[in-house]
Amino acid sequence: MLVLGWWLNLKILARSAFDGVLGVVWPLFFATIAFFMYGQGSSDTTLLSASLGASVMGVWSATSTSASSAIQRQRRQGTLELLVAAPRHFSLVLLPITVAMSTIGLYSMVATLLWGRFLFGIHVTIASLPAFALAVPITVVSVGMLGFLLSVTVVRYRTAWALGNALEYPVWLVCGFLVPLQVLPDWVRPISWLLAPTWGINAIRESALGGNPWPDLALCAGLAGVYAAVGVAFTNTVLHSARSRATLALT
Amino acid sequence: MSVIEVADLRRSYTQRSGVFHRTKTDVEAVRGVSFSVEAGELFGLLGPNGAGKTTTIKMLITLLLPTSGSARVLGRDVVTEAREVRRRIGYVFGGDRGLYERLSALDNLRYFAELYGVSPREQKPRIAQLLEMVGLDGREKERVEGYSRGMRQRLHIARGLLHDPDVLFLDEPTIGIDPVGARELRTTIGSLLAVGKTVLLTTHYMFEADELCDRIAVIAAGQIIAAGTPRELKAQVPGSRVLEVEVFGVDDETVAVVRRIDGVRSVVVEERGHAQVLLVSVASDAEVTQPVLSCLSGVTVGRVSSREPTLEDAYVELVRSA
Ligand SMILES: Nc1ncnc2c1ncn2[C@@H]1O[C@H](COP(=O)(O)OP(=O)(O)OP(=O)(O)O)[C@@H](O)[C@H]1O
Ligand SMILES: [Mg+2]
Repeated sequence: MLVLGWWLNLKILARSAFDGVLGVVWPLFFATIAFFMYGQGSSDTTLLSASLGASVMGVWSATSTSASSAIQRQRRQGTLELLVAAPRHFSLVLLPITVAMSTIGLYSMVATLLWGRFLFGIHVTIASLPAFALAVPITVVSVGMLGFLLSVTVVRYRTAWALGNALEYPVWLVCGFLVPLQVLPDWVRPISWLLAPTWGINAIRESALGGNPWPDLALCAGLAGVYAAVGVAFTNTVLHSARSRATLALT
Repeated sequence: MSVIEVADLRRSYTQRSGVFHRTKTDVEAVRGVSFSVEAGELFGLLGPNGAGKTTTIKMLITLLLPTSGSARVLGRDVVTEAREVRRRIGYVFGGDRGLYERLSALDNLRYFAELYGVSPREQKPRIAQLLEMVGLDGREKERVEGYSRGMRQRLHIARGLLHDPDVLFLDEPTIGIDPVGARELRTTIGSLLAVGKTVLLTTHYMFEADELCDRIAVIAAGQIIAAGTPRELKAQVPGSRVLEVEVFGVDDETVAVVRRIDGVRSVVVEERGHAQVLLVSVASDAEVTQPVLSCLSGVTVGRVSSREPTLEDAYVELVRSA
């Protein structure tokens, strides 16, 4: 169920021309900003770190905006009701959708790294390949889980799709995709710690630059698990409310 | 035990309007509806636009929570045992929404088969069988965005049957299908009954309801105003036969005279081009053709015919007097 749902939603997303164009352009735009921010004079590791951050930004952007608008689209096209009317737990329907979105974001990750490589000469050297190979999918899934939490709220509130767009930028900042966390005010830190992508990007950086990625990776996976659990529990409440307030369909 | 049991079901919607001055208005869409549907029966829910048919169905298929009252499907409560209900019911609505445009028909069906927990081994033969049944075999690999309205509707029906549900809810399933397709669909619905399914249907086509339904409830403004077999409903119309007389240039006085004839219950004059048609409702045992014609001796009379009232006559009468 999860696999087929993920695969078919991936198909739907990949066939959406509009998302496709944005998906190509945005990450390159971020990457360019990141490279100019750090300047050519910086050390290789700083640049690589920025480039990795920018690449994960693309994953989050792909998820945050489409996780919310996708549910809205399903509501408009009348499929949301059918998904809810099915006997499967609704979270099993929703999860593959958001994970498919973050998977689409993987493409932008690759694009960003290539862009950095050919335009700015940033070589991607990876210290620990197995750790990196594990850190990337776990981060992608954790972003998908965050998207899942977001999309659950959209099921209930017709206007919540705007939330996804609103959250796109703050989350980059707070997770330290672009700028190091140390630059942010202290009160932001606890928020960063609660966001799995923070640990995900740390793990990706550590594994590429030769640190110890495992604690970060464990935290990232753990938080993703917590999101999933909270989302599943929250789904019931949200669905009950949607059924009592008739927000599943646009009529 | 009835397959569908509905007791004093109510549902109201809160509508918010205005941006700055938020005003809330409550619309009572369903106001105390009760009925029951027996196993193997095809039950029709008829009523004008906005009567509350879709709202009633959505409560039965667990998409809306009732404001009050209760409903049981296959003995399970639609609020507290929603999952059990969902597993055994199918839902098909009219119109071309509710499909994944960017996926092929086959992928659409595979996805929903998965959602309904159809085991992987059964999926393939089941989907092939349904595609053939709705006449989409051979085109299942095309994306739905290229489908015509009727093709989408057929795909919907296949989707609703994927998990072989015991009870089917069909909300205007023939809307937008061509006459031949609609006739095929009616045959399909008939064949579902033959294998013991129970069906709840809404439609705006009275002949369709007359042909298919074992029993009908007419709902208007959220309340059931009449219920029974199509024959019983027709018998409720004042006058159980209709005499149609085509006339040219009849005046009100003459019509008034016709109205006074013994056995005539009502007379309606319909303009049809140059001619008018007198629709005379007649008590079933009265013989009024000769008296009516002699009243009309001064006017040119065209065709004269007599017919049974149709379900549409009955429906119009019921809804108008409600
Ligand atoms: N989501 C909603 N929010 C507010 N009001 C609604 C909603 N859905 C339906 N209504 C109102 O409830 C009433 C009944 O609507 P319903 O869709 O049940 O009618 P229906 O009998 O199915 O009509 P039709 O024949 O046009 O399909 C209408 O007045 C409608 O405006
Ligand atoms: Mg309706």
